[in-house]
Amino acid sequence: MADIALKSSGKAALREATAWDRLKTNRNWLSIWFMLPAAAFLILFLAYPLGLGVWLSFTDAKIGRSGIFVGVENYEWLSDDSIFWLSVFNTLLYTIVASTIKFAVGLYLALLLNENLPFKAILRAVVLIPFIVPTVLSAIAFWWIYDSQFSIVSWTLRNLGLISSNIDFLGDPWNARWSVIFANIWRGVPFVAITLLAGLQTVSPSLYEAATIDGATAWQRFRYITYPLLTPIIAVVMTFSVLFTFTDFQLIWVLTRGGPVNATQLMATLSYQRAIIAGQLGEGAAISTAMIPFLLGAILISWFGLQRRKWQQGESND
Amino acid sequence: MTYFTRRTLVKGGTAAAAAGALTGPALLDWARAWAQSSQWKPEKGAQLSILRWKYFVQSEDDAFVALMDSFTKATGVKITIARESYEDVQPKASVAANTGAGPDLFWGLYSLPHLFPQKCLDVTDVADYLGKKYGGWVPTAVTYGKGTGNKWIAIPVCYAGNLLNYRVEASKKAGFSKFPTTTDEFLAYAKAMKAQGTPGGMALGHASGDGNAWVYWCLWAFGGNVVDKNDKVIINSPETEKALNFAKALYENYVPGTASWNDSFNNKAFLGGEIHWTNNGISIYVAAQNDATKKQIAEDMDHALWPVGPVGKPTEFHLMFPLMAMTYTKYPQACKALMAYMLEADQFNKWLTASKGYLTHCLNAYDANPVWTADRKTTPFRDVAKRTLTAGGLGSVGEKAASAIADFVVLDMFAAYCTGREDAKGAIKIADRQLRRIYR
Repeated sequence: MADIALKSSGKAALREATAWDRLKTNRNWLSIWFMLPAAAFLILFLAYPLGLGVWLSFTDAKIGRSGIFVGVENYEWLSDDSIFWLSVFNTLLYTIVASTIKFAVGLYLALLLNENLPFKAILRAVVLIPFIVPTVLSAIAFWWIYDSQFSIVSWTLRNLGLISSNIDFLGDPWNARWSVIFANIWRGVPFVAITLLAGLQTVSPSLYEAATIDGATAWQRFRYITYPLLTPIIAVVMTFSVLFTFTDFQLIWVLTRGGPVNATQLMATLSYQRAIIAGQLGEGAAISTAMIPFLLGAILISWFGLQRRKWQQGESND
Repeated sequence: MTYFTRRTLVKGGTAAAAAGALTGPALLDWARAWAQSSQWKPEKGAQLSILRWKYFVQSEDDAFVALMDSFTKATGVKITIARESYEDVQPKASVAANTGAGPDLFWGLYSLPHLFPQKCLDVTDVADYLGKKYGGWVPTAVTYGKGTGNKWIAIPVCYAGNLLNYRVEASKKAGFSKFPTTTDEFLAYAKAMKAQGTPGGMALGHASGDGNAWVYWCLWAFGGNVVDKNDKVIINSPETEKALNFAKALYENYVPGTASWNDSFNNKAFLGGEIHWTNNGISIYVAAQNDATKKQIAEDMDHALWPVGPVGKPTEFHLMFPLMAMTYTKYPQACKALMAYMLEADQFNKWLTASKGYLTHCLNAYDANPVWTADRKTTPFRDVAKRTLTAGGLGSVGEKAASAIADFVVLDMFAAYCTGREDAKGAIKIADRQLRRIYR
């Protein structure tokens, strides 16, 4: 009996293992199977739209009509388009100024909130408010603050006798630029502050104690303990902050629609205006695609410049 | 909604008004009888969906809903209404035309149907029927309905007039008992108003409605044109430069900040008493009437037609609202029936009245609608369909004209020169380059 059983089961096991069998059970392939859903998701919702956008930028597609391949014609056109270059300048100015100030103010707030203050929990919650309000709502609030006729700021200053006529916040090119940058900073500071605060809390107090005993000044404690331990968080926060600022759309669209005379036209708003409002999909896609090198640059700088290699590779951060 | 009775309309004395405005059960009877005798019989079990621009005058939308409702009662065709802010109707319609699925009917702006003429249902029979019955279409409506082809691809339902709004008292004080009728007088008016501390202003920001309305008026008033009748770009001309210079002189007498204005800024400023003249639809007046605290502004304001420039004829630019049915609809007869029904006197008169002058008809017979005479201040809006030019100016009303308007090419040219960012030659050069690209 046992013999027979052994023989029969042995026969079955001798069946030639197919390539599929190997793939199914191979441990090296197993990881592929587990990654597949995530990969499919990324390809479908990220890579495909990105690829399509890049492809569109090489066609003369219009809304509601697929175009034909025109090579780099859209880019050639843009290279000689003063409005496009103005939007590049505006975007860079907007991103650099807003991100720098957001970082400085955010770090300052984070350090402040990390101290032992009365009503600490409430203060931390209050700081988050600008971030919680939907962008469009806060933009509409700023719209009223910056209104050329009904601005509360102009009204107050006028009643205090400091100015004689309303400030033209959004009508003058440079005023408009600083106004939208200010609104963006107001909105972006909480994100930086709270994330850096989270980073600060992970710094062990014993390090500070040791430093204090060694007689380190407040600046030295910041420079040699806080800052080095905070760099990984700073890298992440600033990457996100720069990306968000660079691609900002809602705030500008509600406040100025890119005006006056394109003085606040960002690449994102110009792309939307050309592609969706005016129907020139190909040209709009080319403007969006032109944003990619800048964004990649920003990511590379923060990941390779700000981060320490060891931390990146998962080793201990000495 | 019963602002007028059957009798007042009969007195009006035109064929259009004769059918009168019925209400309640009588209306339903009329609607049923209409459906019985109509040459377009909705398909069995037909259902329609319509996407329209979002209203500016609440009572207009109420009347629109009531109209759709009565059509459902008369024919049994259910209608779903969707609303989009008017800049978003075009992208949605374009995508629907491209994919062959979406609402059966679109009610959009300017040259929308001409972006995809072959995707629009041929409604020549409806247009002919309505034209014959109601005193004919105004010429610009024919252009918007047919383009350069022979078929009507849309029904030009109405215009939204964009005229000058001004405060009567302040204008009188400045020495103008009536609003200027020529561009020279207009400039003098702007100067006088500014000098006495009651300035006005017109939008130079990206204001699709008010901004485009005044810069195109100005360009055309001085003989400038975006394209000639063969769609060749001719913006670079001495006439354009004259228009720019006039606009700059005008701009210097505006309140500060107009370069940042979008469509709603001048409404706010006028209602807040900050400006004393501007260009707008009738919505400022309607808002002032509806707000108890603004009654005094409603009483003191009036509307005027645009002054005529050196070209010697009106060069106004008003918003067209064409209604189109898509070829992919399963119920073309129901679409046509609805289009005809909407513009029949019994429906359209009430709707016009409810819109309080915001909408202006394109069928001549509706000149007799009492809304134009009941309140003298709405009278100027009666004639906007006859005074307007079309989206392409001398050229075609198709996709290219739509792109040029949507991309604010002309508006930016004026804004760049008025604010001093570019000199006249530079501003024209930028616009010329962009237009050549659009019209290639």
